[in-house]
Amino acid sequence: MTEFIQLLISGLATGSIYALAAIGFTLLWQASQTINFAQGEFVMLPAFFVLAGMHFLGLGFGPAILLALVASLLILGLTFKRVIIDPLLPHGVLPVVIATIALGILMKESVKQFYSAEAQPFPALFSERTITVLGAVVSVQDIAVLLISLSAVGLLQFFLTGTKTGRCMQATAQNPAVAEILGVNVKRMILYTFLINAALALLASVLISPIYLAKFNNGETLGLIAFIAAIVGGFNQIRGAIAGGLLIGVIDNLAAAYVSAQYRSAIPLILLIIIILIRPQGLLGKAEGRTV
Amino acid sequence: MNPVLSVKGVSKHFGGLKAVDDVTFEVRRGEILGLIGPNGSGKSTLFNCILGQLPASGGKVEVDGRDVAGLRPCDLNLLGVGRTFQMLQVFPEMTVLENIILAGQEHKGTMFSRLFGKPDAGLTDEAKRMIEFFRLTHQTNEKAGSLSYGQQKLLDAAMAFMAGPKLVLLDEPAGGVNLTMLAHLKERLKAFNEERGATFVVIEHNMEFVMSLCTRIIVLANGRIIAEGEPEAVRNDPQVIEAYLGG
Amino acid sequence: MNARANFLAILAAVAVLAVLPSSLSTYSVYVLCSWMVFSIAAMGLNLTLGFAGQVSLAQAAFMGIGAYTTALMTMAGIPWPLAMIAAAVECFLIGLVLGYPALRVQHHFLAFVTLAFNALVFLVLRNEEWLTGGTYGVVGIPRPSVLGFSTNQQTGFYYVVFGFFLVLSAVLYGILRSPWGRAFQALRENPIRANSLGVDIRRMTLLAFAIGSAYGGIAGGLLGQLVQFIDPNSFTLTISLKVLLMVIVGGAGYFFGPYLGALLVILMPEFLRFTEGYYLMLYALLVIVLMISCPKGLLGIVDRIKLSIKLRQNPSATAWEQGK
Repeated sequence: MTEFIQLLISGLATGSIYALAAIGFTLLWQASQTINFAQGEFVMLPAFFVLAGMHFLGLGFGPAILLALVASLLILGLTFKRVIIDPLLPHGVLPVVIATIALGILMKESVKQFYSAEAQPFPALFSERTITVLGAVVSVQDIAVLLISLSAVGLLQFFLTGTKTGRCMQATAQNPAVAEILGVNVKRMILYTFLINAALALLASVLISPIYLAKFNNGETLGLIAFIAAIVGGFNQIRGAIAGGLLIGVIDNLAAAYVSAQYRSAIPLILLIIIILIRPQGLLGKAEGRTV
Repeated sequence: MNPVLSVKGVSKHFGGLKAVDDVTFEVRRGEILGLIGPNGSGKSTLFNCILGQLPASGGKVEVDGRDVAGLRPCDLNLLGVGRTFQMLQVFPEMTVLENIILAGQEHKGTMFSRLFGKPDAGLTDEAKRMIEFFRLTHQTNEKAGSLSYGQQKLLDAAMAFMAGPKLVLLDEPAGGVNLTMLAHLKERLKAFNEERGATFVVIEHNMEFVMSLCTRIIVLANGRIIAEGEPEAVRNDPQVIEAYLGG
Repeated sequence: MNARANFLAILAAVAVLAVLPSSLSTYSVYVLCSWMVFSIAAMGLNLTLGFAGQVSLAQAAFMGIGAYTTALMTMAGIPWPLAMIAAAVECFLIGLVLGYPALRVQHHFLAFVTLAFNALVFLVLRNEEWLTGGTYGVVGIPRPSVLGFSTNQQTGFYYVVFGFFLVLSAVLYGILRSPWGRAFQALRENPIRANSLGVDIRRMTLLAFAIGSAYGGIAGGLLGQLVQFIDPNSFTLTISLKVLLMVIVGGAGYFFGPYLGALLVILMPEFLRFTEGYYLMLYALLVIVLMISCPKGLLGIVDRIKLSIKLRQNPSATAWEQGK
């Protein structure tokens, strides 16, 4: 039982990081029908911004994170939208899919060539101490990660429902044409979405890199899991992405311990296929209506 | 003999709103029935319920005496119900001929004969006659997308007729068509009705067009039928005038 | 007139391909074979994607299934033509089973289901050592013998691949010319209208996907025989993306798009070899630039040039054509 609690908590911790990536993915889809196949690389890259700031510019950890935030907003937010998404969206989903796949490869290879092909240690935000809760040994880092990502999500929810800008963003996501008529600056709202996605990616990156080390190909798994989390939870719901992320994190951790290690990574995939079969709108999603 | 279409007590509610409220009518073989009403009177919703695009909240729709509840649009088409859409719907990258052949091919042969048989499903001659009937012969091998708006409307109608349907539902056929083309379209629809005994239901805003095309008219307001009869009678019905002017 | 010119051009291309191996090095013949194999896989995906408008990210998984099926069956002594047919039928059926639930729901769902499927197939290939040899793969896959002639020489096998390439191209052409092809095109252009004209769009989309998958299976079978070695890494998601890239770069929905796309994707590494480690970066950059400058692929550019010539001759061409 104590082992179960340990696995549960560390699963929730990584799951909450997956949720961050999945939320960004969902937001982009809602705001602009962008399916970002580079989402995993979006989470991989900011850690290297931080590392580059520390090692090449000699910055401390804190300033390096700030620098990485600026770089993420500029590159993963603004430039991504302006240079790749804006020109491609009028041509449908497909060119966006291809271009973001290529972008993912570009980011991965750039890190490999210009930084390193080896996994890089990443400074931990918190001590590696453990504490004992109900007899279960739990790492402080896991709890901190969980708290930080959940508060980030809470903050985001508050922003979306509690502020005028946030509500305008939601209106844009639900029906851009109507939002436009109501005087919402739709273009700007979409830009905000891209910026939020970039910020979430940075947060996820900084949280996950101390656990898994920073490596150029981390995005492959992360991207797939973000997809699965988003779809399992409900593709058109932020709540869904959170639930999906946490669920996948926990299931993945439990599967590693109790099912075969070989098929550990198959569990989320099978979960995805089952969900699509029996509840295609996702656990918390609303049906968008059938195409046929 | 069964009516071609019979709508029995069909309702459609969206939350508390009764978009269509207990509507009953029949369409007789060979007639051109007009369905009119002010904006928001429920015409399009009714259309969508009849065509299975929206599930009705209550009531029954029968085509030739057969309940069509739960049928997909393609099944309904294969039963002999053709339709056009409010917005123009042709296949712009295909030629006019290809558009027309497509409209007929699913009614010919089986899945397998459509793979292994003739590329045109043996429909080229018939398609050309249909194209000629709608006076599009010069455009036969043009891409549909390069036709003028009015010509595309004609093509759209021709596609709905290609499979020789028992019943055709036309959703605002006159919308956006210029006057010359409109007269031409009306004349062709009438000719098709007379020569082949085809039955139409037409939703339309253009009163002039409906009055001169249809043999019988049903007026809808707030989801209910408020008047029914010959064009002249409907035109002078005080309730109808009230619904249009008073709304 | 245009049709005849096209026909002559195709005839010339076939003739060139028929005599080419005699003047090429063994390695070049190998590269050509690999081009044709990937063309077959890309042709299949083009049917799913370019004609029926569905994104499949599992073409490599189908290639893998085809490759392992053919390899294991021929190594168990079953004649290779039977093994190839088994691979194609197997992939067709898996396509139906996989596509049915995905297409029941929403447009982009096939992309996700196939993505997951590809990852699953990889895991099975890697983990089920008793069947697939695990990470070591299958070694020593025999080359087919045709009418008693062995094809262990590269040129001999070239003609086997060439034969498949021609026949499968012709079959696809036949499908696209038939009412099925017209229905495929209609459901890409306007599925709702197609449905109202009696086209069972769910069934047709499913068939396009299943046929496309069968092409993947055959391509995989040939790939196994060409390389004579297969392992799970030859059929990862990355390879699926590579095939997808071939279709898009050449021009999805154009009959010859996949041939051109496969040629570029296969040859590019050869030309960019001098760039060493920067190769993939350059490659990705080129794809992004291509997508932004011409989302319809290279044959889309050709179309655009043709249109601008037409416009110069006849300025009254419609706005619709210019807007394409």
